[in-house]
Amino acid sequence: MLRFVLWRMLAMVTVMFAISVLVFLIFFATPGVDPAARIAGRNADQQTLKAVRHDFGLDQPMPVQYALLMKKLFITRDLESYVNRGAKVVPQVEEAAPVTLSLVIGASLIWVATSVLMGVLAAVFRGSIVDTGLMIIGLIGISMPVFWLGEVVNLVSQSRFHDTFLFSWVPPLGYTPLTESPLGWFKSLLLPWLTLAVLYAGIYARILRSSMVEAQEQDYVRTAYAKGLTERRVLVRHSLRMSLIAYFSLFGLDFGALVGGAALLTEVVFGLHGVGKLTYDSLQNFDLPLIMATVMYAAFFVIVANALIDLLYSWLDPRVRVV
Amino acid sequence: MAMLGLLLVIVLLSLAAPLYAQHVAHTDPFRSNLDGTTVVDGKTVPVMQEQSEGLGLGVTPIGPTWDPEHYFLGADNQGRDVAARLLYGGRNSLLIGVSAALLTCLFGTAIGLTAGFFGGRVDGVLSRLLDVVWAFPVYLFAICLSTVLVTQSLGVGPLQLEAGSPALPIFIIGIVYIPYVGRSVRGEVLSLRKREFVEAAIGLGASSLRLLWSDILPNVVTTVIVLFPLMIALSMLTEAALSFLSIGVQPPDASWGTIILDGQGLLYTRPWVAIAPGIAIAVTVLALNVLGDGVRDALDPRARHKVGR
Repeated sequence: MLRFVLWRMLAMVTVMFAISVLVFLIFFATPGVDPAARIAGRNADQQTLKAVRHDFGLDQPMPVQYALLMKKLFITRDLESYVNRGAKVVPQVEEAAPVTLSLVIGASLIWVATSVLMGVLAAVFRGSIVDTGLMIIGLIGISMPVFWLGEVVNLVSQSRFHDTFLFSWVPPLGYTPLTESPLGWFKSLLLPWLTLAVLYAGIYARILRSSMVEAQEQDYVRTAYAKGLTERRVLVRHSLRMSLIAYFSLFGLDFGALVGGAALLTEVVFGLHGVGKLTYDSLQNFDLPLIMATVMYAAFFVIVANALIDLLYSWLDPRVRVV
Repeated sequence: MAMLGLLLVIVLLSLAAPLYAQHVAHTDPFRSNLDGTTVVDGKTVPVMQEQSEGLGLGVTPIGPTWDPEHYFLGADNQGRDVAARLLYGGRNSLLIGVSAALLTCLFGTAIGLTAGFFGGRVDGVLSRLLDVVWAFPVYLFAICLSTVLVTQSLGVGPLQLEAGSPALPIFIIGIVYIPYVGRSVRGEVLSLRKREFVEAAIGLGASSLRLLWSDILPNVVTTVIVLFPLMIALSMLTEAALSFLSIGVQPPDASWGTIILDGQGLLYTRPWVAIAPGIAIAVTVLALNVLGDGVRDALDPRARHKVGR
């Protein structure tokens, strides 16, 4: 196990390094693009351009520029915005992180709980109308743009049906910190959570269902039946347990995709000031240092989360520890 | 089959966009029309209507008239015909989705074939490269590329991409999904290399090129064909998201994503501006996903019971 942990950590650091180099190259070495002009923002004067060139060491060799950027991002953490003169960007990312974390963790809890329930139901009632309905819901879920679904939810809950008993509890768009009011926090996040969960719950239920159905044909399940166990016990204690392994390895991949994709868009639509909204705002006024910081921190978060899920997975299923 | 028909209808409607704009609705969907008028129930009314209730600030574009000749789905905040923009937007969304998926499949197959077939150091380098892009969350990668590229023309060798042309989103989306195809093709090639018919061809003295072209490629094509509709679906969703973040298709051009963005400010007053393009995306992507499942079942019946992505 220790060997696997070390190997996985090493792989994680390598990927982090490679991605940081890739991001650096995109921003600083794209042919035909002057990085100073881009970082300084639209219509920057000569003085700002000069300051940018100096701050980012643009007259120095590439490796030095890379080291300088990484130092500003992760060690001294004093990368500054030029659009919003003098604003330090890393603290902004730190401030936004709890919002994004609240959003993705809550959403994935809901998505895992519903999909496991739906998947087991579909496996038990396979071939019936419950099963078919589930397949359709799953497909519709992954076919909708999440930001659009969010807008429709807003339209219904904030405007059209806000005055009915169903949605009168919905607070105005925005985020309430957990420390300020736990109930307010929950209310402000419930609809964003559900919006995100809808995207994945159906497809995950499908995946779980099919691997449970597959497990039904395995020898150990036949043995369990032969021992005289009830069907429910076999399904839950044997098939489900085995199927959850494959389920969580996929979950690891999509959890990362969630942070770097759907959650970002959901934040924008629901006005939650998380890392995604921060990225969106910085895209609107081309604040490159801020974009670099959000992208880098989000990507690193995803890579670390993936590594942790892999470790958890290897603890559940020793077979994958073979390096 | 029903899904194929549905897709065909969507494609044809989008292609008919200029016909609709010129001959039915008589509007130019790319020019703002703030002082224009239109006809509702036989009466001439302004496209941008004075606000009479609420705060009374400014004007609101006309809502859906459900009359194909006069602002069927209403106007956006520049007085442009939403129905016509929706059709034009469909052209861009479909064009970007299909071209990006083609690009992904072409490069993914080429990289996967090379890595899997030649193995050794070539495979090492290519696989690591694919791993890095794979580990990079797609949207973040696309955001990086877009911020640098979208408002700038790009020249790589003989290739010149103009700022704001749909070629840029195609290029960006095409790149970020390459590992999805590349990794599966590589895996497929690795297992094919050990099969008897390949060994037999090697025994007969076939050259590498011949092996690749007539023994390995035809067997890999199935995998790629199965992936293709799913890649179009993914690319279209990504295009919509990038356009919504204003780093995809650039105004005054339209795509379904940009129209949702246009509709965001009008969400509570004129919800159809944002709702209609979303329905268009959802229906198209759903059809593509179902089609993808169908293609897989047809080409690889064994996979029918294994649902995966």
